[in-house]
Amino acid sequence: MRHLLGIEGLSREEILRLLDTAEAMLEISQREVKRVPTLRGKTIVNLFLEPSTRTRVSFEIAAKRLSADAINLQASGSSLSKKETLADMASNLEAMNVDLLVVRDRTAGVPKMLADRVRIPVVNAGDGAHEHPTQALLDALTLRQSFGSLEGRVVAIVGDIAHSRVARSDLLVFSALGAEVRVAGPPTMIPPGIEALGVKPYFSLEDALAGADAVVVLRIQQERLEGALFPGEREYAQNWSLTRRTLALAKPEAAVLHPGPINRGVEIASEVADAEPSRILDQVTNGVAVRMAVLYQLTGSEQ
Amino acid sequence: MSREARSEPAAEARPNSASVPSSPSPAAAARVVLDATGIQRALMRVAHEILERDVLPEKLVLIAVAQGGIPVAELLAERLREIAEIEVPLGTLDVTLYRDDVIASGRRPIPSPTRIPVSVTGRSVVLVEDVVFTGRTVRAAMDAVIDFGRPAEIRVATLVDRGHRELPIRVDFVGKNIPTARNQTVLLQRNSAGQLEVVVQ
Amino acid sequence: MSGLRIRKARVLDPASGRDEELDLEVEGGRISALGRDLPGRPEHVVEADGLWLAPGFVDLHSHLREPGQEYKEDIASGSLAAAAGGFTTVCCMANTDPVNDSPAITEYIRRRARESARVRVRPIAAATQGLRGEIMTEMISLTKAGAVAFSDDGEVIRDAAVMRRVLEYARGVDRPVIAHCEDPDLRGAGVMHEGGCSTACGLTGSPAEAESVMVARDLELARLSGAHLHIAHVSAGRSVELIREAKERGVRVTAEVTPHHLTFTDEIVRNYDTNAKMAPPLRSARDREALREGLADGTLDCVATDHAPHAAYEKDVEFTAAPFGVVGLETALPALLAVVRSGALSELEAVAKLSHAPARAFGLRAGTLEVGALADFVLIAPELAWKPEPSDLRSRSKNSPFLRRELVGRVVGTFVAGERVFDLGTGS
Repeated sequence: MRHLLGIEGLSREEILRLLDTAEAMLEISQREVKRVPTLRGKTIVNLFLEPSTRTRVSFEIAAKRLSADAINLQASGSSLSKKETLADMASNLEAMNVDLLVVRDRTAGVPKMLADRVRIPVVNAGDGAHEHPTQALLDALTLRQSFGSLEGRVVAIVGDIAHSRVARSDLLVFSALGAEVRVAGPPTMIPPGIEALGVKPYFSLEDALAGADAVVVLRIQQERLEGALFPGEREYAQNWSLTRRTLALAKPEAAVLHPGPINRGVEIASEVADAEPSRILDQVTNGVAVRMAVLYQLTGSEQ
Repeated sequence: MSREARSEPAAEARPNSASVPSSPSPAAAARVVLDATGIQRALMRVAHEILERDVLPEKLVLIAVAQGGIPVAELLAERLREIAEIEVPLGTLDVTLYRDDVIASGRRPIPSPTRIPVSVTGRSVVLVEDVVFTGRTVRAAMDAVIDFGRPAEIRVATLVDRGHRELPIRVDFVGKNIPTARNQTVLLQRNSAGQLEVVVQ
Repeated sequence: MSGLRIRKARVLDPASGRDEELDLEVEGGRISALGRDLPGRPEHVVEADGLWLAPGFVDLHSHLREPGQEYKEDIASGSLAAAAGGFTTVCCMANTDPVNDSPAITEYIRRRARESARVRVRPIAAATQGLRGEIMTEMISLTKAGAVAFSDDGEVIRDAAVMRRVLEYARGVDRPVIAHCEDPDLRGAGVMHEGGCSTACGLTGSPAEAESVMVARDLELARLSGAHLHIAHVSAGRSVELIREAKERGVRVTAEVTPHHLTFTDEIVRNYDTNAKMAPPLRSARDREALREGLADGTLDCVATDHAPHAAYEKDVEFTAAPFGVVGLETALPALLAVVRSGALSELEAVAKLSHAPARAFGLRAGTLEVGALADFVLIAPELAWKPEPSDLRSRSKNSPFLRRELVGRVVGTFVAGERVFDLGTGS
């Protein structure tokens, strides 16, 4: 594995290797000195061309816990706001002997584009509606902590599947680990050809949740209103929100995941988000460990 | 238990040892240098030595250096229980992320989990190894322990000391000194009867 | 020049249905004789044993970018690319800068073509002023200035009433209106075909229906107006069906398909190659099959390249930010020969779709090898395999989805009025 551009293209073995590594990384964050010397002297650039706080902070903490130097570049502060092309910027970063590039962009395919142009490893931190592999890996780690294995488990992903990179990466990683994946949402939010990715679409929340072992609730973005994908927040909340009542349709103790930040009362009720089966804060903790695992594995020489 | 997977980092990092031409096949030339009884006897002595030192037994903590130190530390804890009727906390430390070969050369083994059940601050830490060779693993382990707090002292116990130090590392408690050639391998393993033994090949 | 003879070529002349080994002779820029063992001793002889001799190709749809975007292409470089691809007549689109929406610009293009072009350049004028889809252009004056057709290609005439009037007015000058059919609202922010690939890539898709609803509208307006509607770069199987039905009902419609839509599917977008980005987009394998069938049964009259040069730095950006369009003049022939190998077309039909058929669609005097016709013809090595590198392309821009792919068949010589304008052997 030279880059982490998506879950697509990863073998089951590579996924397990990252999850096993992440499990060992978890404990580092509990220590008095939360830092190991492994990536001493390495420079990691977090190139966030789409604003994001939590993913950027998570990558930054992960780099620092491994003793790497983490440099954050954001859209507003970077030379890209001066019309420099992305390709030129990547060449410049490489010329400064950066060791690894973490990229977040609004546009699908940008991490791949950069990976084709630089010799250093590139990690996709979310590209448009394409993939968000570290989120999927942390979700898989969270579910593995709940169930031991995802083999044969039923996972429902609910929300705007069409525009969600989390949904794509999640369904790929869950399927690779042997889970049955359902995607659910209003038909305007289910993309064409989704069955080709090995999942079954549901147009009713109740049907999708029946007997599920886990539910991934996606964030509903207000800007999708402009795309006229749904009539409004109230209609969505009344019919697609994960509440105590709808969650009761899933298996008892079903795990509830949400990539955050959550819209309380829209896609998820507070009573669910804050209660026991919710693993939302574990996801955040696991996120740091997964990103440490990714940085550790990709900076190695055994590619 | 097979110890093939783990070997001293310095041995791997050193090119000449990896390319020794006449290295015999492991099965053919393996020679048992310490059997189960010998191991028990050696660790009994180590346990006595630990207790003879001027430390408060309740301040002791055994930290096994994963993976090979784990069975040694478990046996050592049993001996301490027998002799002094004390329950010494037992932790496991994986030093992968501190190893100089991992940091410098980019090897990327999957670390195993580290579990240290008590705070090490103010304690007498005994790092437990199966085989001490170049001293590089001990160095990594000392760095790692210090990241968990400030111990009163760090001591090193090993079942086997085979010599060939590359760092100024002294072992405090040795089960058995076994002179070896650099290109040999010393393994703690379980034989077909399930009993621990140390072999040289 | 007087006295050129091409000896022992396999002559493929779709206009007459001729397909046999013959000699062809040129005198005064026109074909003077065609036959076996012609008498006399001409000044120049080209031995063409093993080569095909076909009418010069006619492209109804090229963007030569002059005036205004000469960094992408100009008439000189574009016509050189045309010659290298076997095209002796190229119709150039109106979306230049300034737009070719006035007789002055049309005349300027024709003058620049006389000064710098290796092949015949026939301007297509805009259908509406400034390509804004509001007020029609001076079609009578533009026709007199040399416009062969009218099109807002690249833009869509969104207002059906405007489209109706454009068609009606064009009928008066008996020139086709070329429609780029993509419903702008349905297409939205789409950058590729909507389907499993767009879902997997996370790119916004544009459904095949963005094209077919517009094709349906324009076919209805063509029927209403009685005008000649020419549908550009058909990409969707459903569009082919609509055109077929309209032709059966007697609507005056012709249609073209590009070599890239006949060759590729949306699968090649998976690695975000911006040289696979064009409008309309590459669609599904089923659509591609329907295009090949439509071309074979005549629903799609001809092949047109939609040659759309863009500078390397313009394409070397994020997929969504890259401009739409690919170059196509130099790879059209091998693309068609691959369709022949798939069994969809005969060799003679493939030649027809590149030469005689487009000429007939627009009523251009080209695409035939009959004695007395202009001596515009092409020599082809049908089995020559090559993998185009950017440096092989004569176009100023190299944005081709065919780069580094195995192609079979190549133009080795191109003649306009009996003058050799391209010679693969000498590289000029």
